[in-house]
Amino acid sequence: MDREEIMAKINEIARDVFDNDAVVLTENSTAADVDEWDSLTHLLFTNEIEDEFGVTFTLAEVTKSENVGQLVDALMRHLNR
Amino acid sequence: MYSFKELRKAAKTPAPGKARALAILGNCSTQFLAVAVRGFAALEKLPLTVFDAGYNQIEAQVLEDGAELYASAPDSVLIYLATEKLYEEFLDLPPESRGGFAGSVLERLEMYWDAIGRHTSAAILQMNFTELADRALGSFSCRVESTFTYQLRRLNYLLQERMAARSDVYPVDLLSVQAEMGRERFFDPALYYNAKMAVSTEALPYVAKAVVDVEAALRGRVKKCLVLDLDNTLWGGVVGDDGPENIEIGELGRGHVFTNFQRWLKELKECGVILAVCSKNDEATAKQPFESHPEMVLRLEDIAVFVANWEDKAGNIRMIQRVLNIGMDSMVFVDDNPFERELVRSMIPEIEVPELPEDPALYLDFLQKQNYFETAAYTGAAADRTKLYQAEQAREKLKASYASLDEYLESLEMVGAARPFEPSRYSRIAQLTQRSNQFNLRTVRYTEADIQRLAEDPNCLTLYYELRDKFGDHGLVGVIVGRRADADTLFIDTWLMSCRVLKRGMEEFIMAMLMDRAKRAGYRRVVGEYIPTPKNGMVKDIYRAMGFEEIGENRYRADTERFRPGKFHIKESEE
Repeated sequence: MDREEIMAKINEIARDVFDNDAVVLTENSTAADVDEWDSLTHLLFTNEIEDEFGVTFTLAEVTKSENVGQLVDALMRHLNR
Repeated sequence: MYSFKELRKAAKTPAPGKARALAILGNCSTQFLAVAVRGFAALEKLPLTVFDAGYNQIEAQVLEDGAELYASAPDSVLIYLATEKLYEEFLDLPPESRGGFAGSVLERLEMYWDAIGRHTSAAILQMNFTELADRALGSFSCRVESTFTYQLRRLNYLLQERMAARSDVYPVDLLSVQAEMGRERFFDPALYYNAKMAVSTEALPYVAKAVVDVEAALRGRVKKCLVLDLDNTLWGGVVGDDGPENIEIGELGRGHVFTNFQRWLKELKECGVILAVCSKNDEATAKQPFESHPEMVLRLEDIAVFVANWEDKAGNIRMIQRVLNIGMDSMVFVDDNPFERELVRSMIPEIEVPELPEDPALYLDFLQKQNYFETAAYTGAAADRTKLYQAEQAREKLKASYASLDEYLESLEMVGAARPFEPSRYSRIAQLTQRSNQFNLRTVRYTEADIQRLAEDPNCLTLYYELRDKFGDHGLVGVIVGRRADADTLFIDTWLMSCRVLKRGMEEFIMAMLMDRAKRAGYRRVVGEYIPTPKNGMVKDIYRAMGFEEIGENRYRADTERFRPGKFHIKESEE
């Protein structure tokens, strides 16, 4: 799966978790860009990504990723392992 | 099982209806738990509102008069102390006081319970404690009092003891949920360290189910009856083809599977669950294993209603339901055959029909996990009402075998008694006046003291009626209170009857005895009245049917000399 396909999937998850069909995430998006993105929905978001791709993020990856791109980096590291 | 995602969606649209209010108190963060419980309740169509007190607010909430907890007017309060938090507290204690840890946690819990009890009459739902093995001394921890393992297990034990001694605390068996999933799936370290939540999103739906099951039981939504298929459900093989001696049951091979299933069913029966059989078989063949197979655990006397014939199962289940007189939604139908399951499901949508696993070895575990028999009360051995229902089925069956109702009623060999109120019956008579709604002509409610006054009043003619037949005793089933209106006239102040004995000629018997006693007491007339309520429509024409003459709106009269009672097949008791 390439980065573009992953971004498409992540956007799908985001629209569902944040319960907002207008959400469009780019690699540079952060929590500040989405009203519904708070500390709790962040956990749901990463949780759903884990379930979807069958990976488990480390605590640091969940808490320290500064934007969507870094989360995708982490995800790709797990997928390629 | 639903996913947490589905629960989140469902949580947005609670089930309609009068909701119970649940408040959640935790020593950890309970936000997701609250969402999961809301969602699960909504999907189970249980109207429930959930107030979440937030992270570690228990003491502030239970002790303050003006707390949001009490403002939320809870019907129940769920208390959840996560083992992970307790473990941190434990490690912060000086080693010399760790041996008293379980006792001190229990004291704290009782302090919460008592505080809640002072402020509300809410039911307390108490989560028990999940396992956490820190292996400070390896397995050896199990014998060293100052270890967490030792204290944690004592804590669960003490909790059970204290709950057993109170009536306001209902357990939520979180430990079993964790045991079934395993700690690895139940606990998500990232979620705990990020958000102080001690239940993984994978486990949340199961935890929510455990909570909602208790809420449903508190609302009276309980399962009372298991309807069981026989061949390849209760035993391996087909009794009609293989012969009763060749079915699989006992300790050997696959028989062991069915034996253990029956052992559990027998336990359920002893706990008050009604067992019924619904099988496509000849009745005699179907009963053979119960009667003569030495390794069967269940015997005929364990089965309240036994139906074996070649009719369709939905019809037979309806018959079982009529005999038991319980709601269809309180019944569970267990059958290995997917065709039968689908048929019953489609004909009777209210009944619960578990999708049994194909392998019989999995039946028991599967059914136990469904937790169908959650309850909010246990009355001990008295819970087993199997015998009463067996007598009722014997009557139903006999009825079907007679061409006419008269013949059937004659065959029941009924004996009735009519006696003036007497002290040993006062409380039962009062109870009937308070509870009877349908066959009750004027719906006058009396206390026990009232009943005594009526019994002793020379201007009253009182009668209570008992009925038994060859299958058993129905007990006290009818009550008459007559009051002297004038020298010639007796007015029927109260006439009620238990609906269990409807259409057996009891109405006619009651009236015949009343007219006889009234005549002997010197009355020339008896006057009856019907006062309509939303529930007693069934008796609006009863006086006319008994041969009374209408003398006004809902008022009737009969002459004691000329009265000819209707036909009945009840002999008057000579005792």
